[in-house]
This record gives sequence, C-alpha cells and structure tokens, in this order.
Amino acid sequence: MSNDRVTLTDKQKKAQRSRSIALALALAAFVIIVYVGTWAKLGANILIRPM
Amino acid sequence: MAVRTIDGSGPDGPDDNLSDCSKNEQMALVEKNASMDTSIGLSEASASDYVVLLKPRVMSLVVFTALVGLLAAPGHINPVLAGIAILCIAVGAGASGALNMWYDADIDAVMKRTAKRPIPAGRISRQEVLTFGLLLSAFSVVTLGLFINVLSALLLAFTIFFYAVVYTMWLKRSTPQNIVIGGAAGSFPPMIGWACVTNSVSMESIVLFMIIFLWTPPHFWALSLFMSDDYEKAKIPMMPNVMGPASTKFQIFLYTLLVAPVAVLPWIMGFAGPAYGLFAAAMGVAFIVYAWRVWRAPVGKDIIKPAKKMFAFSILYLFGIYAVLLGEILVRKALLLAGA
Repeated sequence: MSNDRVTLTDKQKKAQRSRSIALALALAAFVIIVYVGTWAKLGANILIRPM
Repeated sequence: MAVRTIDGSGPDGPDDNLSDCSKNEQMALVEKNASMDTSIGLSEASASDYVVLLKPRVMSLVVFTALVGLLAAPGHINPVLAGIAILCIAVGAGASGALNMWYDADIDAVMKRTAKRPIPAGRISRQEVLTFGLLLSAFSVVTLGLFINVLSALLLAFTIFFYAVVYTMWLKRSTPQNIVIGGAAGSFPPMIGWACVTNSVSMESIVLFMIIFLWTPPHFWALSLFMSDDYEKAKIPMMPNVMGPASTKFQIFLYTLLVAPVAVLPWIMGFAGPAYGLFAAAMGVAFIVYAWRVWRAPVGKDIIKPAKKMFAFSILYLFGIYAVLLGEILVRKALLLAGA
C-alpha cells in the first residue's frame, strides 16, 4: 500500500500548510462572527426561549 | 488516477511481483508526476493566491463605498452588526471577483495585466476557483440575510449575479457597452450599505449608486485608450477598439458632464453638507477639464499622456468625494454624540 502514497515537495508542503492555516483562521473567524453577531442581534432576548 | 496507473496497480491493488528497484523507479515517477499533475490535488497554491482571487483592490473600494452608504443612511445599526454587514459585502465582492477570474481565465492568459493571476499562472485550477467563488457567495449572502435583513442580502446576491453572469459571461465579450451596463455591479455597494440600516432603497441611495455608475465608463474608457492593444489581443470589444478612439474620447467627455452634477446631488438633497457640495463641484469641474483635454488630444500616441492623467484623476475623484462625504458624516455623528 505504501507505493500508493505520494511524497510532497517542500513547496507543496509549504503551500498546504499556508492553506490549512488560512482555512483554520477563516473557520474560527466565522464561528466568532456567528457568536458575536447573535449576541448583538438578539441581545438579552437570546435568553428568552418560549417553550 | 495518475498514481495508480504509474505504480502498476490495477483495481485489485499493487503488483507484488515487482522488484524493489523497479518500485523505486516507479515511485520516482509518481513523485515527478505528482508535482506536475494538479488534477490529483497537489496544489502549490498558497493562501495568498486565494486572496488574489478576491481582487483585494476592487474589494477595498467596495468596502469603502459600502461603509459610506451605511453611515450616510438615517437610523441606527449596532456597530457589531455594521461590521458584519461590511464584511459580508466585502466577501460577496471577493466572491464575484473569483467567479470573474474563473470564467475569464482564457482572456486573462493573453492580457499582460492579468497573465500572472492564479489560474493562467497554473497555480489554482478553474474548478477550485469556481467552488471557492460559489461557496463565498453563498456564505456572504446567507450571513447578511440572517444578521442584517433580507433586502440587503437580495441586493448582494443580485450584485454578485450581475457581475459574474450579466457582465462577465455576457456583456464583456459581446458589446462595447459592457462596462456601461456592467458598471452597475460596482455601483451597488453603497446602496447595500444603505439598505442594511434602513431596509429600503431610497432616492438617496440611488444617487450614491448613480455617482459610481456614471463614473465607471469614463474611468475604464480612459484606461482602455492606453491599453487598447491588450484588449484587442484578448478580443474584448472595448469602446476604442470597436467605435474608435475619437468616439470614445467624446463619450468620456459626455459622461463626465453627467457625473459632475449628479455628484453634487447629495448636498442639494440635504443628506450631505456644504463642504461636500463645494468639494464635489470643484472635483467635478476638474474631472471635466481632464476629459476635455483627452477629447481635444489628437488620436495616436499623443492620447496616452492625457488618458493616463485622466485615469489617475478618476480614481482620486471617486475616492475624494466619497472620503469627504464620509468625513462629514463622521463629524456630524461626533457632534451629535458630544451634544447628547
């Protein structure tokens, strides 16, 4: 099975790392935006959850 | 897949009868092919290549004009939500830039100005860019709709559609009026910013739209006067290539005659102050003078200098009047806060 593996060049490794970091940052930013945005939009109403 | 055909393995797995030496040679081939074949997903594109796809310079102008629209609008918006709205508009603009690069990769490759973009340079595949653009479009529109209002989300979706489909796919390659109509896409951001606060489209926001809409043709035609060879090579029907430089020069002048008074309307309509009004009027006169010089310049090499000067001034013009409008709004808001 090891023959199926592809060895990345240094340039590809560097590019992959750069993309991974950017993607992680974008996802983290999106989570923060949704969290903070929800508080800003709903304010105290966020705690009011009619059953 | 390239890997599985090179290493001798069929659907049932690798061939165990191969010698070690043969396997090493084949592994080297795999590595060599892996670095050349982007279809197996071994991209050398860095995060910055994806940033380039978003057209950051265009995005900065979009952010700026959208911010002015948002702050000029009557009413109040939570600052956090305002930040989210601007971010969504910026990402939406970036998404339409990516979709533009996806579709225009063929003509980007033959134009000097765009040949180094990620797709023609071979760093990112078209399919990746299409997915990237569609994903960002969906995220920006849905987020804007959820956090701000449906109208602004619809306007953003329409803007992306207009730029990617109406302008890029249709008008750009078919008519010399491409940037006249297509310019609407770049004119929407202040209207979206306004709609984020008011949840409406009003005369004021239409005026902010019209300023950019009428500014776009003289701006791009001035550029195309000294870049016409590039457009010719890419077979894009820009005004100088189709109607000739003489007609283009005259139309540039006509559009500056239109945009100059329209840019003063915010003062006349009362949503901008006299500082803005006087500045916009002075800049409008200067814009007309630059256009006049282009119009009067003889066709040929002599046109390049005045066209370049006018192109540079056109950027200063739009940035300047929107900056003064923003400055006035901020001063007004600061005075209100101090008074309260």
